[in-house]
Amino acid sequence: MRIPRPLVSAMLLLALTACGTDAESAAQSNEIKVGLLHSLSGTMAISEVTVRDAELLAIDEINKAGGVLGKKLVPVVEDGASDWPTFAEKATKLIRQDKVAAVFGGWTSASRKAMLPVFERHKALLWYPVQYEGLESSPYIFYTGATTNQQIIPGLDYLREQGKKRLFLVGSDYVFPRTANKIIKAYAAANGMEILGEEYTPLGHTEYSTLVNKVTQARPDAVFNTLNGDSNVAFFKQLKSAGATAESMPVLSVSIAEEEVTGIGVDNIAGHPVAWNYYQTTETPANEAFVQAYKAKYGQDKVTSDPMEAGYNAVYLWAEAVRKAGTTEVEAVRKAAPGIALERPEGLVTIDGENQHLYKTARIGVIQPDGLIKQVWDSGEPIKPDPYLKGYPWAAGLAGAK
Amino acid sequence: MPAFVNQLPIGLSIGAVLLLIALGLTFTFGQMGVINMAHGSFIMAGAYTAYLIGDLLLALPAAFLVAGLMGLVLERAAIRHLYARPLDTLLLAWGVSLVLQQLARDLFGAPNVQVPAPAWLAGGIGILPYNRLFIMALAVAGVVAVWAYLTRTGLGRRTQAVVQNRRLAATSGIDTGRVDMLTFFIGSGLAGVAGVAVTLIGPVGPALGEVYIVDAFLVVVAGGLGQLRGAVLAAVGLGLLNSYAEFWSDASLAKVIVFAVIIAFLQIRPQGMFVLRSRVLT
Repeated sequence: MRIPRPLVSAMLLLALTACGTDAESAAQSNEIKVGLLHSLSGTMAISEVTVRDAELLAIDEINKAGGVLGKKLVPVVEDGASDWPTFAEKATKLIRQDKVAAVFGGWTSASRKAMLPVFERHKALLWYPVQYEGLESSPYIFYTGATTNQQIIPGLDYLREQGKKRLFLVGSDYVFPRTANKIIKAYAAANGMEILGEEYTPLGHTEYSTLVNKVTQARPDAVFNTLNGDSNVAFFKQLKSAGATAESMPVLSVSIAEEEVTGIGVDNIAGHPVAWNYYQTTETPANEAFVQAYKAKYGQDKVTSDPMEAGYNAVYLWAEAVRKAGTTEVEAVRKAAPGIALERPEGLVTIDGENQHLYKTARIGVIQPDGLIKQVWDSGEPIKPDPYLKGYPWAAGLAGAK
Repeated sequence: MPAFVNQLPIGLSIGAVLLLIALGLTFTFGQMGVINMAHGSFIMAGAYTAYLIGDLLLALPAAFLVAGLMGLVLERAAIRHLYARPLDTLLLAWGVSLVLQQLARDLFGAPNVQVPAPAWLAGGIGILPYNRLFIMALAVAGVVAVWAYLTRTGLGRRTQAVVQNRRLAATSGIDTGRVDMLTFFIGSGLAGVAGVAVTLIGPVGPALGEVYIVDAFLVVVAGGLGQLRGAVLAAVGLGLLNSYAEFWSDASLAKVIVFAVIIAFLQIRPQGMFVLRSRVLT
């Protein structure tokens, strides 16, 4: 049968408008929009895309289990493009135009610092999923990654227990390594450890022969590594070819997780320790389910890492706070959040009411020849977050130095 | 050995890396005047060739061919139409480099890949690991090969003739189009070889080219356009400067010092260490 063309067009148009009105009315009645704001392009995309994927997985799972307050979560994904002003701009867009209930996003401290005033001005919520340098506690940010006393200080405790007393500090030249090293130096001074050297290289630096020469000449017991990104590849390759081994001089890293190991080359980094709160191999029932679900959704060859898990947790913690508050309204959610405790892949996490960070268990792991990380030490119980290190007498004066 | 003595071979090895990544650019930028922003992408193509082949020695000629052919296609398809418009070729080559970067991301994924170093490069002599010595040897071999090509072969002499005076060369019966094509092929191929070499020391990812492109241009500009001996001297000089500046300060400051020295140097000698006297350039 031949249908006249105008009729077809009219029918199509009708169908389209019908769809439109359906979606709109649904948005008002049974959907909650949440923003996901990570770098999907540029230098940080490698890391941040995986966090977004983990957050999308959490949203999926929550929706499958019936959503929040009977409503489905709808992610609005934006690209921060590894550019800090873009993060601020996209955050504004998510809050004002999309009117999202909460934003999950950021990785670098620079992106968080760029977004912070936006969230405070609009009294909107940001959930930030990455370990960072501490010394911050915004009422409109929840920090689901580690602060310094849940990663760097346990890392130092571990080295001290291993009898490594003479350290060399190597880091990228920006806020996190410099702050971390200030804390490390104060810790060393208070605990009879010696800092033999402190070196910074620009982000993206790849020529490490001079630095390796300095490190090997100083003969430290261990190196504390706060290098970020691609520099780690060059540093570990060149360290290994200079003959340094994980046995003679372990390099403790705080920015290398499962994702990064492949690119560095397992050969170059196996045996070196790292400090995080979560590994793909962490043995909890929740983690088994998380790893399985992640691989099922994104591919069997994918790995899970600490920041991904922290992003995944952030969505669940926010959803729990919304349930407790009975609304997505920001101030009510903020009031409901403190004390919320959930069994997550990394174990029990609890939202601290004072600083909106999480109680987290610190874990030291050693990189295995298969690229995964095996835990060799943990703090035994979740550590209370202390972003300003008020509980550490030796750190007095550091907080003021921000 | 005192640490500062160690910095001498380290400086030379940094110089060798600089020389190797700049060698191809002395052709495409130096000889032909194309501000070849795609040079970094050809280095990346070489590195990924090494990743695919897995064997370092086999990867060297393969990367030369792969990157060389990519350069050839770029020259034939686009750049040759824009020889009279240097700024347009800059934009074009930059655009191509972005496309190639994204292509690598789609083909190989955004995360870095691992190129295992061959077992025979494990270990070293004194402060210099074998892989650094390998890069130095490769750089020397590259310079000798380029020198021999330019001065000892008919094609090379024709290349020089075209650089020095294109119209006269054409009048003498040289097919300048073919020479351009070949020059671009060799320049891009050398970038591919450099790409294989840098897999020994650095990360291999889609953005690899960006790491090296600035250094490559610095060497060629400081050495003087189209001057092989200038590129050699500039690379070794910058390598040593970098090595000692970083040794006595730190990596960030060393970068500042190197840039400052280059800027000061170019104020005194805007055309680099050596100047090619030719009618085209003057």
